[in-house]
Amino acid sequence: MPDVRQSGAMGEAFVMDGGGIERLAAHLLAEGRSVVAPVARDGAVVYDAIEDPAEIARGVRIDSRPGHYRMERDGTAWFDHVIGPTPWKRFLHPPRETLYSMTRSDDGIEVEATPLPQASFAFLGVRPCDLAAIGVLDRVMTGGAHPDPRYAARRNGTLIIAVNCRVSAETCFCASMGSGPRADAGYDLALSELGTGAQTRFLIEVGSAAGSALLEALDVAPATEADLAEARWNAAAAADAQTRAIETEGLARDIRAAAEHPHWDEVATRCLNCTNCTMVCPTCFCSTTVEVSDLTGAHAERQQRWDSCFNVGFSHLHGGAVRQSGRARYRQWLTHKLSTWEDQFGELGCTGCGRCIAWCPVGIDITEEAASLRRTEP
Amino acid sequence: MLPGVGRVLSCRTEAPDVVTHRIAWDGWEGCAPGQFNMLGLPGLGEVPISVSGGTRTPGEVLHTIRAVGPVSRGLAALKPGAALTMRGPYGRGWPVEAADGAQVTIVAGGLGLAPLRPVIRHFAETARARRVRLVIGARSPADLGFLQDYDDWRGAGIDLALTVDHAPPGWPGRVGVVTDLISAGPGRTVAYVCGPEIMMRVSAMRLQALGVDAGDIFLSLERNMKCGAGLCGHCQLGPVLLCRDGPVLDWARARPLMMVEDL
Repeated sequence: MPDVRQSGAMGEAFVMDGGGIERLAAHLLAEGRSVVAPVARDGAVVYDAIEDPAEIARGVRIDSRPGHYRMERDGTAWFDHVIGPTPWKRFLHPPRETLYSMTRSDDGIEVEATPLPQASFAFLGVRPCDLAAIGVLDRVMTGGAHPDPRYAARRNGTLIIAVNCRVSAETCFCASMGSGPRADAGYDLALSELGTGAQTRFLIEVGSAAGSALLEALDVAPATEADLAEARWNAAAAADAQTRAIETEGLARDIRAAAEHPHWDEVATRCLNCTNCTMVCPTCFCSTTVEVSDLTGAHAERQQRWDSCFNVGFSHLHGGAVRQSGRARYRQWLTHKLSTWEDQFGELGCTGCGRCIAWCPVGIDITEEAASLRRTEP
Repeated sequence: MLPGVGRVLSCRTEAPDVVTHRIAWDGWEGCAPGQFNMLGLPGLGEVPISVSGGTRTPGEVLHTIRAVGPVSRGLAALKPGAALTMRGPYGRGWPVEAADGAQVTIVAGGLGLAPLRPVIRHFAETARARRVRLVIGARSPADLGFLQDYDDWRGAGIDLALTVDHAPPGWPGRVGVVTDLISAGPGRTVAYVCGPEIMMRVSAMRLQALGVDAGDIFLSLERNMKCGAGLCGHCQLGPVLLCRDGPVLDWARARPLMMVEDL
C-alpha cells in the first residue's frame, strides 16, 4: 500500500472513518484556526466558531419548507441536516465592522486606519450551494477595481472543508442552478458522508495543497471505486429529490423583459419588506455606512453594516427614496439575483440554497415567482 | 478606501444654498471630467460630490455643494481652514474624446453645471475650431451659478444661452425651459447633459429628435452611494452600478433604464 501521506495530490480521493470529522476539527483547532462548523442551537443548525469538536451538530435533520424551518433529532449522521439560516458571508463580510476612526481637533481631522483582520478561519461543512456563493461573493468583493481589503484578508486566510449533500431539503434547488449537490471546485477538501451508523465513512477529495497537507493529521486510506460510486450515487439521489428548480436558460433575459410584469404587484401584496431574504442570502452583499460618535463629537467611527434593498432608505436621494413601493423593492431584489447580477458580475447571484424561501415569514418562493414572471399574462 | 484629509482654502456662494469650496488635499492627483469624490465629516457621514474644478491641478480640487441633507449641509457650511475627509476619484466621467471631429452641445440644468464645468473648460480650448453650444437653465436668476465663468466661456467662442424657469420683474433674459434652447447640427453633434433627471430625459429626447445619435448623448445620473467603489450595492440602476459604470452613461444605455418607473 502506498504511503498516502506522501501522495495526497490534488484530485486524489481517500476515505476515513466517521470519527475522522472530530480528528479533523481537533487538528484545525490545534493549528490555531478559528473553526466554524454547524452547531445545533436554538432549534436550528447554525454556523459558528467551535472550541471543541464535540460541539459539531450530529444526528439532526431539518424540515425546511416555505416559511417553515424545524430541526429534528434523528439518527447519528453528521451532515444530513443540509443548511441553516447562517450564510458564510457572516464571517467573511461581517454584519458590522469599523472601517476607520476619526478624531477632530483644533488642527483638523486625524484619520486612523482599523488594522486589517488577522483571520485564519477553517470553514468545516460548507455545502456546494454555499461554496458557489462564496465564489460569487469573492468576485463581487475582490474582483473589481477597488477590492475590499478586509474581505480579502479574511478570505485569504480561510480554509474550506466542503461537504457534499446526500439529502436535499424541500427548499433546495441547487441542481437547477448548477451549484450542487456535489462540489467540483473551490474547496481545500471536499467530504462526502458514506454509510450510516457504525459503517459511517467519509470520502475525501483533495482540492488544494493546503487540503492535501491536512491528510497527514487524518487516518486515511485510498478511496475505492465503490466509495466513489456511492458518493456519486448519493449526490444523484439528492439532486433527484429536489422538487424546486429555476430554468437558467434565458433567465436573465426573461427577467429583464418582465420589468413591468403585473406579477410584481401580486408579490407586493404578500411581501412584508422584512429583509429576511437578504439577511440569509449567501450572496447578498449590500452594506451601508454609519457614523458612531462619542458624546463629545470629537471622536467618530465610520462603520460598515449590512443593508437591504428592502429598506426604504436604501435608495434615498434628496427628495426621497427612488424605490418607494414594495413592488419596486421586491423587483430590485429578484431582478438583481436572477438577471442584473449577470450584467454586473458576469454570473447569476443565486446558487439555489433556498434560504430565502424557508426564512420568508410569508413563504414567498423565488422559484415560483421567477416562473410566474416568465409567463405572459392571459 | 481610507480617506485623506482636505482643508477648505476658500468658499464662493453660487446660489442661496449652493457653495463652491476650493480644497487643498495632498492626495489629489487630478481626474477625468465628470468623476466624483466622496466628501465626509466625522459624525455626519460621506456623500458623493462631483469635481467642479481642479481636474488638472494636483493638490487642489473644487467641489460645489448644495445643502440638502445632513452631510451636505455640514459640508456647505464649512469655512476656510476647516477640515473634511476626502477619497476618490471614482466613476467614469464624460468621454470628451467622443466629440473629436464633431460639434458640441452642452446642456446644464441648475447644479448640473458643476460636473459639466471641467467639460466646458476642455471644449473652451477648442471652441474656435468647431461650434460649441452651451445651454444653461436654472429655477431663477439667483440660482444661476458660476457667473464669473460666463465671460471667459463666451470669450473663448462658446455660444452660451441662458434661461430661467421664473424671474422677478426687470430680468432682461429669457424665461422658459432649458430644452427649448437646445440645438444641434449641421453635421454630427455630441451632447453632454446634466441636471435633474426629468430635465435630462426631456433634453435627450429633444436632442435625438434633432438628429443626434443616442450613443452621442451623454448624461450624468445620480443614485444613493455609500462606498463609491462598487462594493455597497446602493447605486444600482438596473444592470448598472453607477459608481463603477457611471455616473456618465450614454442615452442608448440610459434610456431603457430611465423609462422604467421606480428602478
